[in-house]
Amino acid sequence: MIRFDNVSVTYSGASSPVLSGVDLVIGEGEMCLVVGPSGSGKSTLLRAVNGLVPRFSGGRLDGRVTVNGRSTADEPPRQFADLIGYVGQDPAAGFVTDTVEDELAYVMENLGTDPQVMRRRVEDVLDLLSLHDVRRRALTTLSGGQQQRVAIGSVLTASPRVLVLDEPTSALDPAAAEDVLAALARLVHDIGVTVLVAEHRLERVVQFADRVVVVPGDGRQVRSGAPADVLRDAPVAPPVVELGRLEGWDPLPLSVRDARRMAGPLRERLQLLTAPGILTEPTPAVGAVGAVGAVGAVARGTAVAEVSGLVAGYGSHAVLDGLDLVVYAGEVTAVMGRNGAGKSTLLAQLAGLRAPLRGSIRVQGDDPHRLDGREARCRVGFVPQDPSLLLYHQTVAAECAAADVEAAAAQGDTARLLTRLVGPVDPHLHPRDLSEGQRLALALAVVLVAGPGLVLLDEPTRGLDYGAKESLGAVLAGLAAEGRAVVLATHDVEVVASVADRAVVLADGEVVADGPARDVVTHSPVFAPQVAKVLAPQAWLTVDEVAGALVDAEVAR
Amino acid sequence: MHPLAWWLWAVGMAAAAMRTTNPLVLGLLIVVVGWVVAARRTDAPWGRSFSLALRLGAFIVVLRVVLAALFGLRIPGTVLFTLPAAELPEWAAGVNIGGAVTVQMLLGAAAEGLRLAAIVAAFGAANSLANPYRLLRTMPSVLYEIGVALTVALAIVPQTVLTAGRVREARRLRGRAVRGLRGLRGLAMPVLEGALERSVDLAASMDARGYGRRRQATGAAVVVSTVALMVGIVGVGVGVYAVLDVGAPDVAGLPVLSVGVALLAVGMVVSGRRVDRSRYRPDPWRMAEFAVVALGMVSAVSVAVVGSVDPDALTMPLYPLGWPAVPPLAVVGITASVLAGIVTPLPVMTYSGLDHAAAPASREASVGSATTAVRAPAAHGPGPAVHPAPAPAAHPTAATIPATPGVTAAGQVPA
Repeated sequence: MIRFDNVSVTYSGASSPVLSGVDLVIGEGEMCLVVGPSGSGKSTLLRAVNGLVPRFSGGRLDGRVTVNGRSTADEPPRQFADLIGYVGQDPAAGFVTDTVEDELAYVMENLGTDPQVMRRRVEDVLDLLSLHDVRRRALTTLSGGQQQRVAIGSVLTASPRVLVLDEPTSALDPAAAEDVLAALARLVHDIGVTVLVAEHRLERVVQFADRVVVVPGDGRQVRSGAPADVLRDAPVAPPVVELGRLEGWDPLPLSVRDARRMAGPLRERLQLLTAPGILTEPTPAVGAVGAVGAVGAVARGTAVAEVSGLVAGYGSHAVLDGLDLVVYAGEVTAVMGRNGAGKSTLLAQLAGLRAPLRGSIRVQGDDPHRLDGREARCRVGFVPQDPSLLLYHQTVAAECAAADVEAAAAQGDTARLLTRLVGPVDPHLHPRDLSEGQRLALALAVVLVAGPGLVLLDEPTRGLDYGAKESLGAVLAGLAAEGRAVVLATHDVEVVASVADRAVVLADGEVVADGPARDVVTHSPVFAPQVAKVLAPQAWLTVDEVAGALVDAEVAR
Repeated sequence: MHPLAWWLWAVGMAAAAMRTTNPLVLGLLIVVVGWVVAARRTDAPWGRSFSLALRLGAFIVVLRVVLAALFGLRIPGTVLFTLPAAELPEWAAGVNIGGAVTVQMLLGAAAEGLRLAAIVAAFGAANSLANPYRLLRTMPSVLYEIGVALTVALAIVPQTVLTAGRVREARRLRGRAVRGLRGLRGLAMPVLEGALERSVDLAASMDARGYGRRRQATGAAVVVSTVALMVGIVGVGVGVYAVLDVGAPDVAGLPVLSVGVALLAVGMVVSGRRVDRSRYRPDPWRMAEFAVVALGMVSAVSVAVVGSVDPDALTMPLYPLGWPAVPPLAVVGITASVLAGIVTPLPVMTYSGLDHAAAPASREASVGSATTAVRAPAAHGPGPAVHPAPAPAAHPTAATIPATPGVTAAGQVPA
């Protein structure tokens, strides 16, 4: 169905090709997962399928890409609209009309589809993606998961035979991601659509895939194969696979179910070891609504921020409704909850960006909204969801210099901080040309140079690969060890498992669970990380923990 | 409602306003227009734009009065106060700065300002009543390219406003005031970069979804459409000139103009045929649309009739000063437009539920049912309260997924 013949892509101004010598054949009806570190060329590969690369990106494509026998060299992307549906990373950026129905019909209007057929297909897609309840709603009022499903639907109405999706679940909470993936699995199984999907969070998708394409980056060869074979030594792998690698399981498990069936002996061995969080005795039922701060087991530093009775939101609608929370120094707190639960609102309030409707917020004793900008900066550092919003200079060096001046820090402080966070970064690069991880680190350095006692991060792991997440985790742990309070809002349960000391779950504008991260995530079917699911009832969270314990046991013997 | 109907109605109302400076008639017109907006606007962002139009109108009135007092023509009448006048040299005769300010000056300026305000209100009403996206869809397919530029603008403008807000917030995070030229630069760079990036994304998305697909044109069709369009434009230009110029020979007037128009039409049809588009649920043109357009015309015609029968009734009487007249025909004609807010169907509210409260019923239902199921044991069981999980059974799509081991396995985790 899709065929890459010796394809190389070089962007203009780049010294080396992003992709080189790619040979790939994807058959009809396959669900194909594209994996690789960020910046390795996954998006380039996907966008080359319908010719958006190089026609919309510039650069040069050598070799030949053919879909269903038609070459992208001969025709522009629009001529492939009936054959290939492409959904980009940010669904909202691609919306052309204002309501769900119009958006679904847009592609058919362009194809000149008969009005009768259009009506029928719109209804079909509304049903297929469970969108009928919102069919007349404006696109901007939908939740992230709904927007993502509309974006998929807006290409499905053309009944394409190939569907190309770039990180369809990266912005979604676990439940919404489940919805989208369920819809995709349905398309593959019921309609036989060929699906090509790129995803960082493999743990969500790999179990649905028939084939995995690894884009390793650094000019190494793209290869593909059955998921269990390819993931054996792929540079990125979900936690179940890493557990399988650690234990040498064969075939390699791809889903929690497979791994659980193989993990019996491992569980027995681990039973004898002291797991970091084996629940020998029932911990008191902490974190029930209102029982904030009742988590006795965790040693607490001083309270850095105190939120009480916070009501906040937009206009008259309260996203947060009477929220109480205390944030302690020396602790990484993860704020979780579904899309629209108020995580970002809480962070914006803590950062003093907006005044609360009711209730009070105190950061080191003062209302952050009333502090002037400079003073607020020294107390609270906030890295927004899109870190590039914080950056507005032409080079990394200029950005660092400006941050030094703003924070009244010694010259070069920001640059040194940046090096400490991610290693050396070319100071002459434009911030937009950095990798996701480097850009996040730059924004974090800019924020940290003022020495805030409270550091807030909104969805910091979006778009980060496993390696970048790991180094972010180390950075955050380091910040907490320095005595700062770190709060991150995130959907990524694996990150919470490996980084957070404490987890707070928001729903309906209130705190519904608050406690040690280990307890909160292992007791929630939605938020439990894969390792916890495999090894339940033992409360292991990460592969590293398991490996560490096994090594220690070996040494002890 | 067809968006074009609201715009035609607004043109009628504006035409009525244009012919009068009678403040009573103008005031009535603004009130009627405002009432229709209040009755039939949607909850979309553009639905809220009417108050902006009113504010702009008020600003226009004030500005005209102030300018009249400072620089207006010194017309005689009841002097209110005298501003210090600047003596201007001879060559600047006709320009006034300061001097005696009369009631007549100010009232005349206010009435004229009110006329402009009424026109602004009429178009502001159309702007907030008609969905701009649907208005774009009514464009003939040959003008599709222009339509696309407008589509991108429509999508980008609100997003850019959002980005500007976020960048301002981010600026505060860096502890910098957003003031002055330097502040502006820091604000403009990320906003413009973001807008540019999004425009490219949007263009790519439109292209990938088949925007601008054309059928392969035969050489003959291309030649015909190009020649027809070119000659047509020249013909229309010459024709218009000849019609307006008294000295031009008669044969160069109407005949050339009509040939030009005909050629243009041919060119548009031929090139339009190459664009193979269809429309999803086009807005129908029904009785309500006819009625609304007719009401706008009734307003315009009633005022025009009054103007030809009794022109004084449509002006603000200044010499002698007096109450403006109340021309019954114009009052009835304009008031009739109240019907536009009654006979038209209620608009569909597409933006309600901005608060995510109206998230898909399926998800809400599953959470609702799971809340009772999960929270109850958590209350007395060990461990912290659990975030309500979508129970597999309540999950509408879960049943058809071949493998959701994550959910299944987790469901077995003993709490």
